[in-house]
Amino acid sequence: MTAEYADYATGEPVADTKAPSGPVNERWDTRRFEAKLVNPANRRKHTVIVVGTGLAGGSAGATLAEQGYHVVQFCYQDSPRRAHSIAAQGGINAAKNYRNDGDSIHRLFYDTVKGGDFRARESNVHRLAQISVEIIDQCVAQGVPFAREYGGLLDTRSFGGVQVSRTFYARGQTGQQLLLGAYQALSRQIAVGNIEMHPRTEMLDLIVVDGRARGIVARDLITGRIDTYFADAVVLASGGYGNVFYLSTNAMNSNATAIWRAHRRGAYFANPCFTQIHPTCIPRTGEHQSKLTLMSESLRNDGRIWVPKAKGDQRPANEIPEDERDYYLERIYPSFGNLVPRDIASRAAKNVCDEGRGVGPGGQGVYLDFADAIKRMGRKAVEAKYGNLFDMYQRITDEDPYEVPMRIYPAVHYTMGGLWVDYDLQTTIPGLFAIGEANFSDHGANRLGASALMQGLADGYFVLPSTINDYLARNPHHEKVTAEHPVVQEVLAETEDRLSLLLAVDGDRTPDSFHRELGELMWEFCGMARTETGLRKALERIPQIREEFWRRIKVPGTGEEFNQSLEKANRVVDYLELAELMCLDALHRGESCGGHFREESQTPDGEAERRDEEFSYAAAWEFTETGQAPVLHKEDLVFEYVHPTQRSYA
Amino acid sequence: MKLTLRVWRQRNADADGAMSTYEVDDISPDMSFLEMLDTLNEELILGGEDPVAFDHDCREGICGACSLVINGDAHGPERTTTCQLHMRSFKDGDTIDIEPWRASAFPVVKDLVVDRSAFDRIIQAGGYITAPTGAAPEAHATPVPKPDADFAFEHAECIGCGACVAACPNGAAMLFTSAKINHLNVLPQGAPERETRVLDMVAQMDEEGFGGCTLTGECATACPKGIPLVSITGMNKEWLRATRKSGKR
Amino acid sequence: MTRTMWDSSVGKKTVMAVSGLIMLAYLVVHMLGNLKIFFGSDEFNEYAHALRTLGEPFLHYEWALWIIRVVLVAAVVAHAVSAYQLSRRDIKARPTKYVHKKPRASYATRTMRWGGIILGLFIVWHILDLTTGTVHPGGFEAGHPYQNVIDTFSTWYGNVVYIVAVLALGLHIRHGFWSAAQTLGVGSRTRDRAFKTIANVLALVLTVGFVSVPVGVMTGVVS
Repeated sequence: MTAEYADYATGEPVADTKAPSGPVNERWDTRRFEAKLVNPANRRKHTVIVVGTGLAGGSAGATLAEQGYHVVQFCYQDSPRRAHSIAAQGGINAAKNYRNDGDSIHRLFYDTVKGGDFRARESNVHRLAQISVEIIDQCVAQGVPFAREYGGLLDTRSFGGVQVSRTFYARGQTGQQLLLGAYQALSRQIAVGNIEMHPRTEMLDLIVVDGRARGIVARDLITGRIDTYFADAVVLASGGYGNVFYLSTNAMNSNATAIWRAHRRGAYFANPCFTQIHPTCIPRTGEHQSKLTLMSESLRNDGRIWVPKAKGDQRPANEIPEDERDYYLERIYPSFGNLVPRDIASRAAKNVCDEGRGVGPGGQGVYLDFADAIKRMGRKAVEAKYGNLFDMYQRITDEDPYEVPMRIYPAVHYTMGGLWVDYDLQTTIPGLFAIGEANFSDHGANRLGASALMQGLADGYFVLPSTINDYLARNPHHEKVTAEHPVVQEVLAETEDRLSLLLAVDGDRTPDSFHRELGELMWEFCGMARTETGLRKALERIPQIREEFWRRIKVPGTGEEFNQSLEKANRVVDYLELAELMCLDALHRGESCGGHFREESQTPDGEAERRDEEFSYAAAWEFTETGQAPVLHKEDLVFEYVHPTQRSYA
Repeated sequence: MKLTLRVWRQRNADADGAMSTYEVDDISPDMSFLEMLDTLNEELILGGEDPVAFDHDCREGICGACSLVINGDAHGPERTTTCQLHMRSFKDGDTIDIEPWRASAFPVVKDLVVDRSAFDRIIQAGGYITAPTGAAPEAHATPVPKPDADFAFEHAECIGCGACVAACPNGAAMLFTSAKINHLNVLPQGAPERETRVLDMVAQMDEEGFGGCTLTGECATACPKGIPLVSITGMNKEWLRATRKSGKR
Repeated sequence: MTRTMWDSSVGKKTVMAVSGLIMLAYLVVHMLGNLKIFFGSDEFNEYAHALRTLGEPFLHYEWALWIIRVVLVAAVVAHAVSAYQLSRRDIKARPTKYVHKKPRASYATRTMRWGGIILGLFIVWHILDLTTGTVHPGGFEAGHPYQNVIDTFSTWYGNVVYIVAVLALGLHIRHGFWSAAQTLGVGSRTRDRAFKTIANVLALVLTVGFVSVPVGVMTGVVS
């Protein structure tokens, strides 16, 4: 089985046919001009399904409704306001250059392509940088209470991986404030009847008729009723798949079902192995741990990261003298110091812990120390800047970070991979669009801090609402799809059968126990450092876990009621398939780049070594059958403006 | 730690509910309250029983999904969300009562899960600034004095969990509603809809069947984000101002 | 505007605040007038008579008093009806009680509700006792309020009813005055202490002022 799965075929290359050629800074204008428009009077006749209400989904739903489309929107949460974008802490980037510190659209573009380790598309990233400035305007107009200076103008700060101050923020709750802005815009459209909102309703499958996405199958989580919904286009804004790892900073219910089901129906999945491990999370405390909590990366602006120089030093942090501490980031990367990109900071932490110099229970942690910052700025200033983060840390660990250094350790945080999309954000299934973290487009192999919020909102407020017009204008869909259509009946029956089977097994293991087992396997073999041996081991193990799952899973209750175990089990089904693809992608990409570190591919001093001649492409995978080798389609990446160099933050 | 839990169990919205008693053992003081419930649920599932349904998602105190009344306190004894409450706040051998939010506007869905869509409808009634995408002026066109921006932010911190309603003896949603009104009404961007916003939101709040404010202050004590009671005063002021102005029109 | 006011829970609270403040202002004057009893029967009876001739010659005899009475009755009715309707709404909003009870949660609400009912009943008794004389102990004589007051406070139940009611009044004003400030939107973080202090002082002064009369009668200072 393993040999078969890893023995993938390489199919035709896939190309982004939508991005215009010509100067990179004119492409977005060109595309918008070339795109066909839908007559405002006709928009009402078009229904668009949007799955998810995070920054991307919320902003897209609101904007499409403002344009006059009939939007049918879904979220599994009890309210659209709770999507996990709300937990983003640090900030949102924009090339406003309000600081006059040499920032520009071109620099943001450059930083993002470089930060992504040259595995993102130039056209997309440039558009993102262009739109970034409009996002700030939009959010301010909506009443997002960004931090301001005494003069009443917006404040900014710098963030990991860049040397300019372009990150706009709202204390440590930027994601919350931006999401509430989008949620409020969405609410306004719900009130006027332009959006039909279905909270507590989870998408379970995609309906593809005559090669086009025409609807979804979704389950009402309260009544358990499984229903079909139809539209002229479907937009997936369901977020990333970091929860494959069981422990991550994602919300407990964030899941991969929407994108995985779309993948099974024909949408290519690109770069699934590109996962971001965030360097500043609170270390785990024990077996009971259900999720990990992120501490904003902004802490690295003033905190200093260190471990003891000696292995196994058990002294409390405050008793270790200055000359016996190793501020390893400042030592290895003198010019960026504690502000190196996330992947580098994470791996460095893993390395010092692997050397036996880690701190805290199990030696899985490093210090993030604010003693110097408190001395320099005073406790008051530190409190004003990071107070809520310090409080959160203290609540979770019962330690006072003003007195003793914080302990941090990397954790899975974001997935750069996702459904393959073209410049229009359309997947390989016509009429199916993917936006935000659900797609793969803009971050390459590593995402810079404060860029996820930027991308989610760029996609939702500006890109998708412009590009979807072109699809809808060219595909007016005069013929209606109804529940009686044989394809619809088939998809519905498959979904119902899957849930019935989960309920029928009546085994002796809970959904969580399988999820945890899979997560531990993935963390070990497909986490911060990957090897061919490890990945092959994982590829051998995953089908076994899957087989055991279908033999031993126990889901109490019925499908016709509020049943959280059933929801969970069904999500684990998809993790068990997606994990396999992630390992395969990691195995096939025999280079190190960004968040993907292959131990076989490193420089003599242990830095990631990219192999552009072999791997300068996005890997888009086509689904065949569960457990069967997928087909690889390569999209070659062309760099006309930012020339690939080995990233250096030294 | 060994604990006795008394948990509200209710099959669905129409069924009658009652408290059921469970024992849990081997609870670590480092566990979060929800991880303690996870432990109970794992045992219940393996024992062939229906696990306890409760709302939760981000587990870092920001999404506002978790919503348990613990020993009579919304979100329990500490000023935080249930997900950020840790078992070190309890003692070995304690008996803990766990109930859902109680309010007629928040009907129980199952066990500890309630329907808080009334909050969404209050926001839909006016808790926004009309700024269609693309219509925004340059962000620096209108400076906002820092104190106003900070005031707006403090109120915008509300996570919509509903602890204020759960804690209020009258099941009032004044703190929730006032937080949004104060956030938007203090900003220059929110000025054009200043009057309609407060009038419509308060009307919707009444429509949903929430009680009125008797200024007991329980809401502000329970609020995990520290929205102050005086927020309600601010809303009353805005409401009176709007009523006067709309009377003149 | 009237409709908005009466239909809204916030509006009804405004009605309560305004009517409460009207009654409070009246009570301050009433209490000061009561204190005249310590200066002998002539001064007290003269004061009572002056109330009837207030506003003369512009107003006819007792007109001013009747205007005040009408305003007060309107305030009492508005206050009570709003309170009743708001209370019903509050009770309906929390149909299922928590199994785990927390007494402190409803302290202020409970004292306001029960206190309000006590005060309502007291007002009826107080009027029947000292205005109309219907339930007055001993011979009620119109125009001789000094003796009437002494008669009332010469009975044990007269003292008990009055003192209990005044204590209820003190508690009611203590929360009510501060509450009115919040309802009318004049409270703020910086002024909060000031309003709480004023509320406490008002409550204390009115309680002491009113209670001093029966105490005076009981101790024989007034006879």
